[in-house]
Amino acid sequence: MRRPSLILGLSLALALVLAASIMLGEVSLSPAQYLAGFQQPGSAVGEILWSLRAPRAVAAAVVGAALGLSGAVMQGLLRNPLAEPGILGVSAGGGLGAAVAIAAGLAFSPEVVETAALAGALLAGGAVAVAAARFREPETLILFGVALSAFAGALTALVFNLSPSPVSNTEILSWLMGSVANRDWLDIARGLVPMALGAGLCAYAARALLMMTLGEETAVMSGLPMGRLRAAAVAGAALLTGAAVALAGIVGFVGLAAPHLVRAAVKGDPARILVPSALAGAILVVLADLIGRVVPTEVELKLGVITALFGAPLFALVAWRAARSWRA
Amino acid sequence: MSAALEIHGAVASVGGRRVLNGVSLSANAGEVVGVLGANGAGKTTLLRAALGLVPLDAGVARLAGDDVRRLSVAERAHRAGYLPQERRVAWSLPAWRIAALGAVDLPDVKARATALQALDRVGLSPLAERGVLEMSGGERARVLVARLLATRAPLLVADEPVAGLDPAAQLLICEVLRREAAVGAAVILTVHDLTTAVRYCDRLVVLEGGAVAAEGAPRDALTPAVLARAFGVSGEWLETPAGPLISLETIRS
Repeated sequence: MRRPSLILGLSLALALVLAASIMLGEVSLSPAQYLAGFQQPGSAVGEILWSLRAPRAVAAAVVGAALGLSGAVMQGLLRNPLAEPGILGVSAGGGLGAAVAIAAGLAFSPEVVETAALAGALLAGGAVAVAAARFREPETLILFGVALSAFAGALTALVFNLSPSPVSNTEILSWLMGSVANRDWLDIARGLVPMALGAGLCAYAARALLMMTLGEETAVMSGLPMGRLRAAAVAGAALLTGAAVALAGIVGFVGLAAPHLVRAAVKGDPARILVPSALAGAILVVLADLIGRVVPTEVELKLGVITALFGAPLFALVAWRAARSWRA
Repeated sequence: MSAALEIHGAVASVGGRRVLNGVSLSANAGEVVGVLGANGAGKTTLLRAALGLVPLDAGVARLAGDDVRRLSVAERAHRAGYLPQERRVAWSLPAWRIAALGAVDLPDVKARATALQALDRVGLSPLAERGVLEMSGGERARVLVARLLATRAPLLVADEPVAGLDPAAQLLICEVLRREAAVGAAVILTVHDLTTAVRYCDRLVVLEGGAVAAEGAPRDALTPAVLARAFGVSGEWLETPAGPLISLETIRS
């Protein structure tokens, strides 16, 4: 498939799932009610469509796109099909930031929790970017990320351990399971700023990802400023992941699976895969959120639970089929 | 005119271990220089040091007359193309896209044309669209040589370009590199097979324990004494209609 038609097809699919996500929900509406709701945003139906469902669907799309893009960048940079946004410890850093804010009794203000999550993610991301500029080998970076991830996880567990309030522990757990419920346009706008910056950095680093196909030494000898490009890729992925975690908590598997869904269509190209991965990630998260809303359960299913529940088997299937092409 | 590659008194360590111990060598336009030596003799480190990829503790490496440390990455890429020993390709890009990575300085259309031409020189035109991970090891190695050719650099540095390949692929790659030298490139390569080295290289540098054990025309460099010292084998030159051959035997004590 040619890349423009792939991007067009994915964009159409995203528009479809977004439309479905706004149309479907707990309250079923007649076509006439939809029409009225769209025309009068202030009406009760308009309120449901414009203030509840639409921002929620868009937040899901934005989070999915950030995770899909970030996952593709990580896989390209680390030359590893198993890499994902969380591998560098950025998600765990975000989770820790949110946990600390909630345990400190700041959960009444979602903005504070979001900011704390973003700060945690960026702190972790900054540490990894410094490591990325210094160490050439992907393995070193992965090990560093694993250590950082484990450390942030341990600190989060410590917060649980020391927290005197079971209520805040439940809130932390709920936050860590990921959700885009009750997000408004302002939340999305706040998330979009770091995401746009991250996407810009990733676009700048795209040629380095392509060159990394043949390994670090070939890339360095090709005349590209690899140290700078590598740091840009890591910083970009960290900004995207951090902003996604701040907006929706921890949503697993999307960053891992999205690039694999489109890899064959771009013939493995780690630079051309970026935009299709972002679109595939957006589709996956919007779908997952929609499933969480329409499946009739006592308690609404959390986004992170659904992405992992569907993502893991789907990923295993894709991995099974693609395994042949990974053998070097 | 300065040598395409010149290294003087190179001393380098890898992981705290001294690997190069005062090595000097040069490669000029139009010649193929073979670097030989037992495993661990320092061949790869020498090539990497010459390109500035390994820092020197002492000595200097120059590309076309200029200290490699003073060259910008872009300028260095302009002066030397490098084919590392590592042949792992992360993603199954079509062969022409891999070859085109040698010509990143060119606009897309020209890079593609350069890549296709390079693939043609290694006999892979029919497989230009095939994913590299769906190819045999030999075909992939040829694609990587095509990428090296696509750099169009005046100095081509190839680390073990024929290791692990079948005889036909070995001959093809050696002939391709010889042809590059014939049209003016300086070629430096590491190689294990002595007969290949003797037939395709103008000059040989034999390393032993991080120092030059012998240097010169193949016949002057690979004397029985050098073969015994550098490789621990007893060797004899045989003349055949197809060219010289070195017959090797284990030294029995």
